[in-house]
Amino acid sequence: MNKIQVETSINGESVEFLCEPQQTLLDVLREELSRTGTKEGCATGDCGACSVLLDDRLVCACLVLGAEAQGKEVTTIEGIATEEGLHPLQQKFLEHAALQCGICTPGLIVASKALLDKNPDPDEETIRYWLAGNLCRCTGYDKIIRAVQDAAQELAHPA
Amino acid sequence: MAEAVDYKYIGTSPIRPDGVDKVTGRAQFGADLNLPNMLYGKVLRSRYAHARIKSVDLSGALALDGVYAAVSGADFPEVQHGELGGEGGGDVADIAQNIMARDKVRYHGHAVAAVAAKSLSIAEAALDAIKVEYEVLTPVLDLDEAMSENAVLVDENCFTKNLPETPDKPSNIAAVMQLTRGNVDEGFAQADVIVEGEYRIPMAHQGYIEPHACTASINEAGQATVWCCTQGHFEFRSMTAKVLDMNIADLKFIASEIGGGFGGKTVIYLEPLAVLLSQKSRRPVKMMMTREEVFRATGPTSGTHCKVKVGAKKDGTITAATAWLAYEAGGFAGAPMGPGAMAIFAPYDLENFHIEAFDVLVNKPKVAAYRAPGAPQSMHAMEIALDDLARELKMDPLDLRMKNAADEGTRAPYGPKFPAIGFKACLEAAMAHPSYTKPLPEGAGRGVAAGFWFNVGMQSSAEVHINENGTVTVVEGNPDIGGTRASMCLMAAETLGIPYEQIRTLIGDTESTGFSNVTGGSRTTFATGMAVVQACEDIITQCKARAAATWGMDEDQVEWEDGRAVPAPGVNADVTPLTLAEIAANAAKTGGPLLGRASLNAQGAGASFTVNITDLRVDRETGKVDVLAFTAIQDAGTAIHPAYVEGQMQGGASQGLGWALNEEYIFDENGVMENASFLDYRMPVASDLPMIDTQIIEVPNPSHPYGVRGVGETPIVAPLAAAANAVRDAIGVRINDLPLSPPRILEALD
Amino acid sequence: MAKIVFPDHLLQHTNGEREIDVVAKTFRELLIDLDQRWPGCAKVMGKCAVAIDGQIYQDAFLEPLQADSEVFFMQRIEGG
Repeated sequence: MNKIQVETSINGESVEFLCEPQQTLLDVLREELSRTGTKEGCATGDCGACSVLLDDRLVCACLVLGAEAQGKEVTTIEGIATEEGLHPLQQKFLEHAALQCGICTPGLIVASKALLDKNPDPDEETIRYWLAGNLCRCTGYDKIIRAVQDAAQELAHPA
Repeated sequence: MAEAVDYKYIGTSPIRPDGVDKVTGRAQFGADLNLPNMLYGKVLRSRYAHARIKSVDLSGALALDGVYAAVSGADFPEVQHGELGGEGGGDVADIAQNIMARDKVRYHGHAVAAVAAKSLSIAEAALDAIKVEYEVLTPVLDLDEAMSENAVLVDENCFTKNLPETPDKPSNIAAVMQLTRGNVDEGFAQADVIVEGEYRIPMAHQGYIEPHACTASINEAGQATVWCCTQGHFEFRSMTAKVLDMNIADLKFIASEIGGGFGGKTVIYLEPLAVLLSQKSRRPVKMMMTREEVFRATGPTSGTHCKVKVGAKKDGTITAATAWLAYEAGGFAGAPMGPGAMAIFAPYDLENFHIEAFDVLVNKPKVAAYRAPGAPQSMHAMEIALDDLARELKMDPLDLRMKNAADEGTRAPYGPKFPAIGFKACLEAAMAHPSYTKPLPEGAGRGVAAGFWFNVGMQSSAEVHINENGTVTVVEGNPDIGGTRASMCLMAAETLGIPYEQIRTLIGDTESTGFSNVTGGSRTTFATGMAVVQACEDIITQCKARAAATWGMDEDQVEWEDGRAVPAPGVNADVTPLTLAEIAANAAKTGGPLLGRASLNAQGAGASFTVNITDLRVDRETGKVDVLAFTAIQDAGTAIHPAYVEGQMQGGASQGLGWALNEEYIFDENGVMENASFLDYRMPVASDLPMIDTQIIEVPNPSHPYGVRGVGETPIVAPLAAAANAVRDAIGVRINDLPLSPPRILEALD
Repeated sequence: MAKIVFPDHLLQHTNGEREIDVVAKTFRELLIDLDQRWPGCAKVMGKCAVAIDGQIYQDAFLEPLQADSEVFFMQRIEGG
């Protein structure tokens, strides 16, 4: 089968890969590029575990074809921390015990970042509806919401 | 052993040692391992809910370019019968047949064959090329129908167990159970009020976000390494060895991080397939279930049909109670009807009761454990009946429960007297809680319910290594599902008297640490914690001996205090206390490396009781239920890491609410699950829930060095009835079945 | 004498006897005694969970019994 050659940028790094036409961006990230931080929970866009940013837009990587990454900027969980250290979201998730098994955490952090980048001061309802596309089975969401609220505070008023 | 204590480290909520890897995407879960030369394995699954397999022809698959192995039931060793632990008793033969059908498929999605190929797309094409000849049989899908006299039989060789005499006719009722005390007829005769109800709950799934996955690699000497997400890699190794008739010593199981289990990952599905495919292809094989496969072919929990009758005097004293509890087992025996039967009346001091329970085969996936297996279903019925009773008696529902509450010395329904338990403490806390005393929001209803789980101990091992600089490595064998590494570090810190930050806990694989039973059964903080504490005490003994040697004293002249060896009171010696770091630095001179160990079969697990309070609002036009408030009050014994105890309470509440309000397996008339996706199997999302209020009660468990009771399972039990009772309060109509989804609510309102 | 109580589903192994008194210093001795009364039953009984004086044991083999202990045989629990 003829593979498609794709040139893209992942977390600021130029990346080239070959993929089958039907392979999703999620398949490519995990199986071809071994960047396994982005998780598969359902492959049908219902759980958000594969949340990534595509040109700053929050998407489910399982609903994007690998070939669609051509010429775009992909941001995954591996690109959230910087040389300064953890992003406040990551730090607050830890402080608030907002993760138990941790499988939904990468998707939630990417999705939360997309929210705070757009809306630095969301209220509880806004956070809950924005994150409604990210399933968590362990926490009941309580500590996750608190972590996002705290991170928003931290970003707005850096310590 | 456990009194009210001011601990230094226990009771704090520090950041977990594995946390940074989990928030940065570094932590490796079941599907995250890619090996060189690796193939992808996929499973062909039955199109029918009930059929005999006449033939499986793998040749078409093997003929495809890029396919390196294909297996079916014929490639497995003869099925060995043998005991397996767990609620249903369980037979190894059942597990072996469940992971790959031999002569019969018993549910839609039952594994029939598997292939290994260079890519997922080739593997999928290979599945299409496999020819299976089925003799299609009528499925039996309804619980009551399955129990009836002339039902279609799922297993012609199934004869009901535990009857006084072995029956001569086979049946779908795999086993029965009874618990009786006193005389229920006399008891009901004494009652002023009797309530009765019939309750149905469909199958529901644990819903872990991570699908099952593993990577297996076997060499020409027959030595295999299996990387998998599991709640218990030792038990997985044992089951895989039995199914493949392999020597345990030739199987190395490495537990990856695990993306949720809740009981559903205490049994094997893919691991023996991957090992066999690796053997045939001579390459590593990675297998990952799709979400659809998880729903169709891994264990949900039993759907149930329950009947409960309770009688009480005017003052609220319950005089008699009966329960009839039928549980779906799926295609193989093993429904959790035993624990369900033992739990249903556990919170109450009853003189007269009679419980009958049934383990029933149906052509649906084989059920697996799900957080307090059996208890949510049975206690849903009883807690609704008590609510109706309270209404009839014009009594506050918490007062009614307090009137009959079990306490230390009460005889549990399964016989023994309870040791110290926290049910009354939970009730008292609930009665005083603002969420119970505050006014009801406009248009809402409020419901309460009680919950219980036994908790277990079982086997755990731990080693404690003191590094040359005095830092500590704890090695144990329980995959960390919810923060237990942190709890182990806290208990080690408390025992050794050194800061939490100086301790790391890691999960050893089956070759590098001692046996441990699963992370489940609410046992890890209790039993593995106990092993870690004992291993630390072993270290302390060794350190005291090293200090004694250094100081030229007898060992009994040395004590351990705040992380240092000190002379015992009354011992006159001009010596400076020695820290763990100093003793470690000198270890070579005083006898060698410092290594502490413990292995045990932990006894004395303490039961955990809970009371839940919830406010729900029902939209009478759409039937939608909004959760306005939820409070969980639970006895944790001692909360080692309070934030993670709260996490268990909130997570269990969320699962319980999902089960109560929306979750259900919907089957068509052919036994095919119609809603096998997260879109249609509707679990709670962030916008469905409010903040979940928690109150941790601490009635320490005297059998644990720090008073720990397991907490993980109890939280899922009470929300089912609490929600049902809140809906009853809101709309004035009693709905006995679950889920309380919009169609059911609207029907009740008509 | 320790009081031993059997649940309904074990009565088929005890000739219908629900409650008996036994002299035994450990659970292991108890099993030996039971097997003498009802040959072959120890195999089944040994796999059960047991509550001794209020404490539930999934594996009670070595547990001591007091002169007036109460022993309840139960189904095993593993949990999820």
